[in-house]
Amino acid sequence: MAVPIELTVNGKTVAAEVEADTLLSSFLREHLRLTGTHIGCDTSSCGACTVHVGGRAVKSCNVLVAQLHGSEVTTIEGITPRDGSLHPMQAAFKACHGLQCGFCTAGMVMSAIDLLRHHPHTTDEEIRAGLEGNLCRCTGYQNIVKAVAMAAKAMGRQRP
Amino acid sequence: MSAMAYHRPSSLAEAAKLAAGDPDARILAGGQSILPSMKLGLLAPSAFIDLAALGELRGIRADRKSVTVGAMTTHAAVAASPEVMAAIPSLAKLAAGIGDPQVRNRGTIGGSLANSDPAADYPAAVLALNATIRTNRRALPADGFFKGLFETALAPGEIITAVEFPVPNTASYVKFPQPASRFALVGVFVAQTSTGVRVAVTGAGPCAFRVKVLEDALARRYAPQACEGISLPSGDLNTDIHASAEYRAHLIPVLAQRALA
Amino acid sequence: MNAARAPLIGRSVERKEDHRFLTGVGQYTDDIVLPGQSYGFFLRSPHAHARIRSIDAGAARGAPGVLAIFTGEDLAGIGGLPCGWLIKSVDGTPMKEPKHPVLAEGKVRHVGEQVALVVAESAAQAKAAAALIEVDYEILPAVVETAAAAASGTAVHDLAADNVCYTWSIGDEGAVTAAFARAAHVTTLRLVNNRLIPNALEPRAANAAHSPGDDSYTLYVTSQNPHVERLLMTAFVLGIPEHKMRVVAPDVGGGFGSKIYLYAEETALVWASKRVGRPIKWTAERSESFLTDAHGRDHVSTAELALDAQGHFLALRVHTTANMGAYLSTFASCIPTILYATLLAGQYATPHIYCTVQAVFTNTTPVDAYRGAGRPEATYLLERIVERAARELRIDPVELRRRNFIRKFPHATPVGLTYDTGDYDATLSRVIDLADVAGYAARKQASAAKGLLRGLGYSCYIEACGLAPSNIAGALGARAGLFEAAEVRVHPTGKVTVFTGSHSHGQGHETTFAQVVADRLGLSLEDVDIQHGDTGKVLFGMGTYGSRSLAVGGSAIVKALDKIISKGKKIAAHLLEASDADVEFEHGEFRIAGTDRKKAFAEIALAAYVPHNYPLGTLEPGLNENAFYDPTNFTYPAGSYVCEVEVDPLTGKVRVDRFSASDDFGNVINPMIVEGQVQGGIAQGIGQALLEGCRYNEDGQLLTGSFTDYALPRADDMPALAIELAPGTPCTHNPLGAKGCGEAGAIGTPPAVINAVLDALAPLGVTDIDMPATPHRVWEAIRRHAR
Repeated sequence: MAVPIELTVNGKTVAAEVEADTLLSSFLREHLRLTGTHIGCDTSSCGACTVHVGGRAVKSCNVLVAQLHGSEVTTIEGITPRDGSLHPMQAAFKACHGLQCGFCTAGMVMSAIDLLRHHPHTTDEEIRAGLEGNLCRCTGYQNIVKAVAMAAKAMGRQRP
Repeated sequence: MSAMAYHRPSSLAEAAKLAAGDPDARILAGGQSILPSMKLGLLAPSAFIDLAALGELRGIRADRKSVTVGAMTTHAAVAASPEVMAAIPSLAKLAAGIGDPQVRNRGTIGGSLANSDPAADYPAAVLALNATIRTNRRALPADGFFKGLFETALAPGEIITAVEFPVPNTASYVKFPQPASRFALVGVFVAQTSTGVRVAVTGAGPCAFRVKVLEDALARRYAPQACEGISLPSGDLNTDIHASAEYRAHLIPVLAQRALA
Repeated sequence: MNAARAPLIGRSVERKEDHRFLTGVGQYTDDIVLPGQSYGFFLRSPHAHARIRSIDAGAARGAPGVLAIFTGEDLAGIGGLPCGWLIKSVDGTPMKEPKHPVLAEGKVRHVGEQVALVVAESAAQAKAAAALIEVDYEILPAVVETAAAAASGTAVHDLAADNVCYTWSIGDEGAVTAAFARAAHVTTLRLVNNRLIPNALEPRAANAAHSPGDDSYTLYVTSQNPHVERLLMTAFVLGIPEHKMRVVAPDVGGGFGSKIYLYAEETALVWASKRVGRPIKWTAERSESFLTDAHGRDHVSTAELALDAQGHFLALRVHTTANMGAYLSTFASCIPTILYATLLAGQYATPHIYCTVQAVFTNTTPVDAYRGAGRPEATYLLERIVERAARELRIDPVELRRRNFIRKFPHATPVGLTYDTGDYDATLSRVIDLADVAGYAARKQASAAKGLLRGLGYSCYIEACGLAPSNIAGALGARAGLFEAAEVRVHPTGKVTVFTGSHSHGQGHETTFAQVVADRLGLSLEDVDIQHGDTGKVLFGMGTYGSRSLAVGGSAIVKALDKIISKGKKIAAHLLEASDADVEFEHGEFRIAGTDRKKAFAEIALAAYVPHNYPLGTLEPGLNENAFYDPTNFTYPAGSYVCEVEVDPLTGKVRVDRFSASDDFGNVINPMIVEGQVQGGIAQGIGQALLEGCRYNEDGQLLTGSFTDYALPRADDMPALAIELAPGTPCTHNPLGAKGCGEAGAIGTPPAVINAVLDALAPLGVTDIDMPATPHRVWEAIRRHAR
């Protein structure tokens, strides 16, 4: 069954007809060609596909796009400034070598931004717990934790 | 072209009607359990009836005697709720440990209870706190709600609307996670309630259950030491690649003790 | 020009590749959609061992969107997937090499083996149609257990009735027997090196297209070595002329060995793309990755260490049974032999070592190299038995190790390697400081006060990396060379593109290699680009594995740079009217020695491409050089790790509290990247030790087939790591002095963790535990001894 939907993706209104069982991850990658969101598993375990729905981190492989009628979705492409610079979280990942192969990175960055929005003053232990939903096979997480801690300072300064 | 239909009713009555009209349809709350099952081909409903538009199913109300959580309230909302933290901090803590942050942002209490996953956290709280499960038809007591593996007392098409937790004197939950899924290998919820001490276990059997021998021991003395020396039969408990029934039986009093510590 | 700017080598510069990954514009194989794209889905065997009586694809062919369906019968004319390394048994006979068909022929031999390829307009349609294919299977008994395979009575392959692929040995058995006869003490150990599933986070994927105009193929694939992939697929399997195929490995999301191999899926896709006349894409679902990515490890070993009365090692005797799985994967045969038994000397001057290896076929997924590949198995065995010997002899484990360290280099081991350099005392001393071993007793007391058992474990590892001298490899059975190739292309404006046969899938070559090039040519990092992963661009390459990229691939680049500089000097000499011999090159300037007459690198580049004033009679125009580098020896990174754990005796839960590492990688180009490699390797090592263990049931069904049952380390499973790169003993035989760092963490970590766990459990009488030391397993070990 085709379901008409309208939602906002990275600030733009998107209207489409989708099959009822279309996952947000497929919709982003195949329909909108936003391939920065990656799919790393089929059990909703790895978090590589994490995006924001209404500002909260969500696994896009575990949501039907039909469920998101009227919602605001933000992907890694949407948090990237248009002037070629980087979001403070992206910049911190780069400065701290918080990524290697890059495959988990978008999901990790999206989760980390949500974490800091709701817990701006986190300890390393809280950062590790807060990234429980994201697998990385390359970094051993050490530099990811370092990056999030660095971004916490940078994002703290940004806030009024 | 998928045969599946999707409905987004705007009232509870409409949702119930849709559910009644299609026995192969599934109610969709947060989808954090049902969608993985669908993706793995374990489940192919004729339709999803999405409760997302039913704002009345969302939200938390608390007074001195009880905390009522709307069925569509997310785990993240329960975990962050000042009302829950004040009235039943163990419930907020339990919600903060369900799944992972992304799951907590979508998953709901109603969905979790209706699913009755053998290793889910909420069933332990519902049983130990002697909660009442309100549906579009009736109020169901916690005892007897969890019937078996993915099986509850809900009738076909019956929709959970809210869960009412009586405020206990004191309560605590300890989860020992399965290393891969992080679901409860064993989780033990211990509560001292107006109707006595209640100890509920998740992860160890086909569904959450109470442990009388621990309740009796704790009724005599509500202290960690009361759990010492208690050994539970393992006969009906789960055995899988992560834990034997004996190990699970061993963990129950150990975790109960830690819940009280 | 950058006169005397600070060198980039040795600096932790931020990575050039990160911007695209961080902003979501990296391009991985599944991100690519070709014009006319169609999609493939593989129907896979649900049984571990079965005869295929018949396949009925009739209903599936008529399903919506289906373009074609292929089975083993359609591909019967093509070759099997080859194994790249011939191992001979002790009796001189070659290993058993059963055909590894692209699609199953007559039988299936592991769950997940590909039986049919369905091509359709969409991935969903291909999958739905596959469900309509009816395969009539006659189920056969399955061979699953490594140790029992040879005696199982069921043959996985007819040509190996006892399931033995080969029985191989290394070392002097007689000398070892004699040494044991005079030993004051013998320590014995039986251990299992647990089977692992690599799980690079990007699932394998391929997209194959045929171009009818010139009858050529293009394959996009998740590969660590596109040239090897092309060579094996064209020459050994499909019979396509090698020059008629281009293989592109674009951004690849991690490999860890699992993406070295030529797999059936991409081979079938290439073959089918011409028949279907459309590009075909396939991306593994994670469940497929678990079933079909080559697994790692899976050894069962017995070891005996003979010591004299002073604790000097006299001899080591080892027997290992290694599981090959159902078929020989690309490098499977050399892992438990050439890359394993040759490392059994470790850091010790053990005079005599003898090792036999029996490789067996089972009805399980093929096993091949996974991060470390053979060397973790050797290190685990050695460092476990050394620690056990220390405990038995009541000698401090550090002291026992020091009594046996190799201190004179070069050192020829009794298992075929010659270590060029190292300083094992230095890394061990350093890690003892780093780990604050002095404060351990106090920490142990504090843990005890909380009811927890604290333990400390050491591991001193060595690895042979920088694979490999081609002549030595060839003598040992390799069917390929193991050099690396590079091209340095200087553009007329003086900008540089370097093409390397090494492939980067997380290692940061685009940065590290650029640092080397920029320093040598006196350029800024922005003026240098590193290209890799495309046989249409890169002249040749053997790819990335065995911690070889900088040591071998980087050396090839240096060789090509030397040629560039040499030619540049000739051009400069002409322009400056001097003799070649008088021209020096430094900081990006060609200068006549002892004068201020000079030409900038960019001026020379321009002159080479606009050769108006140029020695055309003696020198070709252009500034572009190739080089192939074949190492003369392996490199020998080494280091020492210390792990401290807390064990909860009531639940069996092990928590890694502290982990310290001191590594000697020789010269280091980018410390930040190198430390990142070590961190990732340690995580995989902790994963192996505590969390990860592939399990099959007796029917050969995979029980750990998803992330919900196979535990990868998550952020909160990991401690903060203390890693220090030792000042290092540079490799003596490559121009960069580099040894390689990619596998060290995965090699050195598991024994450190398990030694720590056993140290913690020692007061309870527990002397042995297998990996992964899960809470359940630890609790059972405690319970067994409590009885």
